[in-house]
Amino acid sequence: MDKTWNNKAWFMVLPMLLLVAFSAVIPLMTVVNYSVQDTFGNNQFFWAGTDWFSDVLSSPRFHDALMRNLLFSGIILLIEVPLGIFIALNMPRKGLGVPFCLVFMSLPLLIPWNVVGTIWQVFGRIDIGLLGYTLNALGFDYNYVNDPFDAWVTVIVMDVWHWTSLVVLLCYAGLVSIPDAYYQAAKIDGASRWSVFRYIQLPKMNRVLLIAVLLRFMDSFMIYTEPFVVTGGGPGNATTFLSIDLVKTAIGQFDVGPAAAMSLIYFLIILLLSWVFYTVMVTNDAKG
Amino acid sequence: MTVSGNATAATQTTDAATAAMARRTRRSNAIARFSFLVPVIYIFLLMLPIYWLMNMSFKTNSEILGAFSLWPRDPTIANYMVIFTDPAWYNGYINSIIYVVMNMVIAVTVALPAAYAFSRYRFLGDKHLFFWLLTNRMAPPAVFALPFFQLYSAFGLIDTHIAVAIAHCLFNVPLAVWILEGFMSGVPKEIDETAYIDGYSFPKFFVKIFVPLIASGIGVAAFFCFMFSWVELLIARTLTVTVAKPIAATMTRTVSASGLDWGVLAAAGVLTIIPGALVIWFVRNYIAKGFALGRV
Repeated sequence: MDKTWNNKAWFMVLPMLLLVAFSAVIPLMTVVNYSVQDTFGNNQFFWAGTDWFSDVLSSPRFHDALMRNLLFSGIILLIEVPLGIFIALNMPRKGLGVPFCLVFMSLPLLIPWNVVGTIWQVFGRIDIGLLGYTLNALGFDYNYVNDPFDAWVTVIVMDVWHWTSLVVLLCYAGLVSIPDAYYQAAKIDGASRWSVFRYIQLPKMNRVLLIAVLLRFMDSFMIYTEPFVVTGGGPGNATTFLSIDLVKTAIGQFDVGPAAAMSLIYFLIILLLSWVFYTVMVTNDAKG
Repeated sequence: MTVSGNATAATQTTDAATAAMARRTRRSNAIARFSFLVPVIYIFLLMLPIYWLMNMSFKTNSEILGAFSLWPRDPTIANYMVIFTDPAWYNGYINSIIYVVMNMVIAVTVALPAAYAFSRYRFLGDKHLFFWLLTNRMAPPAVFALPFFQLYSAFGLIDTHIAVAIAHCLFNVPLAVWILEGFMSGVPKEIDETAYIDGYSFPKFFVKIFVPLIASGIGVAAFFCFMFSWVELLIARTLTVTVAKPIAATMTRTVSASGLDWGVLAAAGVLTIIPGALVIWFVRNYIAKGFALGRV
């Protein structure tokens, strides 16, 4: 759509700008302020320069949390995206099944995140949880409370349970936009199931898949509540992701300096990813 | 002879091709017949943990801990009665609903004109502003938890509903602007121009013509503001102490204080799922669009 150039449009944006700036810019400035100062208590601060930043960047604790988070995001993307595509391909296109599928599949997306944590905390327990009890009855030595590997499996399965539906819904939205004529043409050409997927469905899903991957990557990169409720970051530090580590530092230990420096580094990573997301969106919008 | 031979060969090839195609169609039909199983199994697996929570919410604590059973042997609503009669519990729900609704109203109200500006006009710095909004939607709440606490303490707003409502605007206003912009861009610009030619002033046009046209978009934006404010815990918990404590935070606290009251915990969890489950039907066709920030 061609838009007219009109700087008076700023007045329509202004209330929104002030409100979001109040919640975004002032706190961010506080963070910047803390990140360059040190304190011995009593509200007395002195200049610390970039010490905190070099501390955080060279601390193995930060590296570990970052690596864990990247690993987590990688694994859930590898599971959720192919699984989401597979389920979307097999969803009915018309009839009563459609609203049924949409409603039930969306349900996990609308559950408060700490309740998602609670559900899996209970579900995985070896004494009262269906999953933990069944696995142990089948002879698996599963206990997410003290085994790091089991804790990881639980957190990943929980995220797959929670968010695969988002990938399904996005892919489905892309699939239903394909005109029937494409499939008829493919049938006349005798195209196999695979080539229909590879040359008709996948190209049409490209746009939504990009959005799905980016959204899932960013949201998993700032995951806090669900793993915190289930494992509390443990056992040990096995499931301490970036956000959990940050809250531990900032509120648990009240080390505001390192926490602020860490926040800013974290935020810069997110900023970079947002920029990628934005560029993709704008290119998509331009394509129509 | 050669010509007819070629023709026969050609016919044979075609026959072979047709046969192969038919085989392929038959096989893909056989696969298609069972494809409904995939969503059915998927939904079954999705519902399993939720069922387990509901199952627990109808059991007594001794039954939960004592015997392992797939359904409540002796169903009881005692757990739900605890929540509906204890102010510490039901106030949690009331608090959550108060700040969530406040947030929804504020977010959609300020987002409407802003989204209109983004969808209809170009102005100085518009793209940067739109991008900046997105960065707020993507910002990790953990980064903001501590500064929020100090900011709202400075204004004396700690433990008030409005504090949480405004804090949640951080990610809900950008969300609402992006969703509404997506819907508004689907309305042809000629409608605006025709209305102005007909002598409508901007406010009158906006309220009388434009808002009804994007009513579904407003509904979707409001739903997602409601949802994301409802599911968020970290900021809500940081900004409240007792008076405005959300249900999500009540759940974490009461469990650690009273030992392991699994039944009540499960009942509280089930009750937090209900608001989403109630409205999901109305937005079922827009869920993908909403989660993708209006870009599908």
